[in-house]
Amino acid sequence: MVKVKSLFQKGYLGLVLLFLYAPIATLIIFSFNAGKTMGKWSGFSLKWYEQLFQDPSLMSALSTTLTIAVLSALIATVIGTLAAIGIHSMRKRTRSLVETATYIPMLNPDIVTGISLMLLFLFLRVSLGYTTLLLAHITFNIPYVIFSVLPKLRQMPQNLYEAALDLGCKPTRAMWKIIVPQIMPGIVTGAIFALTLSIDDFVVSYFTTQGVSNLSIAIYAMARRGISPKINALSAIIFVSIVTLLLIVNIRANRVQNGKEKKA
Amino acid sequence: MKRSVFATPYLIWMAIFILVPLGIIVYYAMTAAAPDGGVVFTLDNLIKAFDPLYMGILGRSVWLAFIATCVCLLIGYPVALILTSRNFKKGSLLIILFVLPMWMNFLLRTYALINILDNGGVVAQFLGLFGIQNPKLLYNTFAIILGLVYNYLPFMILPIYSAMVKIDHGLIEAAEDLGANSWNVFRRVRFPLSLPGVVSGITMVFMPAVTTFAVSRLLGGSNFMMYGDVIENQFFFMRDWHFGATLSLVMMVLMLVSSFIFRKYQDDDSGGMLW
Repeated sequence: MVKVKSLFQKGYLGLVLLFLYAPIATLIIFSFNAGKTMGKWSGFSLKWYEQLFQDPSLMSALSTTLTIAVLSALIATVIGTLAAIGIHSMRKRTRSLVETATYIPMLNPDIVTGISLMLLFLFLRVSLGYTTLLLAHITFNIPYVIFSVLPKLRQMPQNLYEAALDLGCKPTRAMWKIIVPQIMPGIVTGAIFALTLSIDDFVVSYFTTQGVSNLSIAIYAMARRGISPKINALSAIIFVSIVTLLLIVNIRANRVQNGKEKKA
Repeated sequence: MKRSVFATPYLIWMAIFILVPLGIIVYYAMTAAAPDGGVVFTLDNLIKAFDPLYMGILGRSVWLAFIATCVCLLIGYPVALILTSRNFKKGSLLIILFVLPMWMNFLLRTYALINILDNGGVVAQFLGLFGIQNPKLLYNTFAIILGLVYNYLPFMILPIYSAMVKIDHGLIEAAEDLGANSWNVFRRVRFPLSLPGVVSGITMVFMPAVTTFAVSRLLGGSNFMMYGDVIENQFFFMRDWHFGATLSLVMMVLMLVSSFIFRKYQDDDSGGMLW
């Protein structure tokens, strides 16, 4: 009886995983297809990968995505971390007001965020392009950094900072030496969060740039015109990089965990 | 020096890029282009936004998102339940597999779906083995719902799983010691304690699903517009920014109000005792 139940459970999980991964797996398999039609295998080939790397518009979209992700994550992490430290030391009423305001862009539908920023830029007569894209990405990244750092500030023992001041440490130095190291895990989480959000974003980007495309916009434009095996090759590369990245992050997290346990 | 000054750059940033833009949306929503090239204050756009045509599309979007959310819940809840059950040792490893697709760009996921559903695609070939020829799998309501479920299922599984992992095993054992059978343990202990996760999951699927655009365009073809598509249309095809802003305003108010209601249920500690 127990065995039947466990078999049934495993079968169910397997079916859901099949649903989640079959489309991605098919995409990756057919990225090595020599022919152009999906669903008909006509031999192994790497030609779509070659064409992908020779496609100037896709390559520039890739570099836009990566540079915007790194720059916006970096700037959002600095502004967001400072903001969290500031918010943490505010009086209770101001603090809850600022925190509620910070929730707005997280709760607001992406399409509204995108349109409101587009209207702002057009209102100020700023032409849409790389800069507006960067500003938009920083804007939607900051709240996620703030909410990754704030819990770490709350967990931190308050008297450490005061002890440093009592022992003659200057406030700025105490912040670098005492606060920043203690909230570092929160800062790193926030930065990774910002990086992935930026890479993944389509809707906000779609409204806040013109002429300069990131990968999402390029894929949308191509997908509307129909299927192209070049996108398959691109998906395969993105998927493999994500899996590798997540594996590294997880192994690192495990190692930190194990190290802590050994010390204890 | 007060430490709260560190928040100043953020407060300025927030004012310029969050508060002012929302103000501009309200401004555009309440005005229209005047014949002389200026703008005039008017409520016409707001009235037009409540026209049955647009309300109908909004209703349709809510309905499609609702069905997709229900399907995600029906598929996702058992997954979280199995992964956290005691006889299942590798749950914490397997959950990574279930949420991994979440990290892949949603356009790529949608594109992958188009690929296998297309004429002559893998699914059509598979169905062909059973004698079903040329099934219409794309460019209909079914395809949109499937696309929403496929994109948002991990967002349902993860919060429910997190809520269930946190359940104190002592409570389950106590219920068993007191003679509850496995159904009663589920009904009285595991299910009520998983509810905050269910509410989070519903929010994380339903909200983005209602406001989605592009998924419906890619999977449903041009005949099946959702509210997001109509808004986009106003800006890029109709060139009526004022009315586009009005529709955005309607959607924003709807979403902010409902997420604050949802949030109340998520934070409320007694929320789990509803049953």
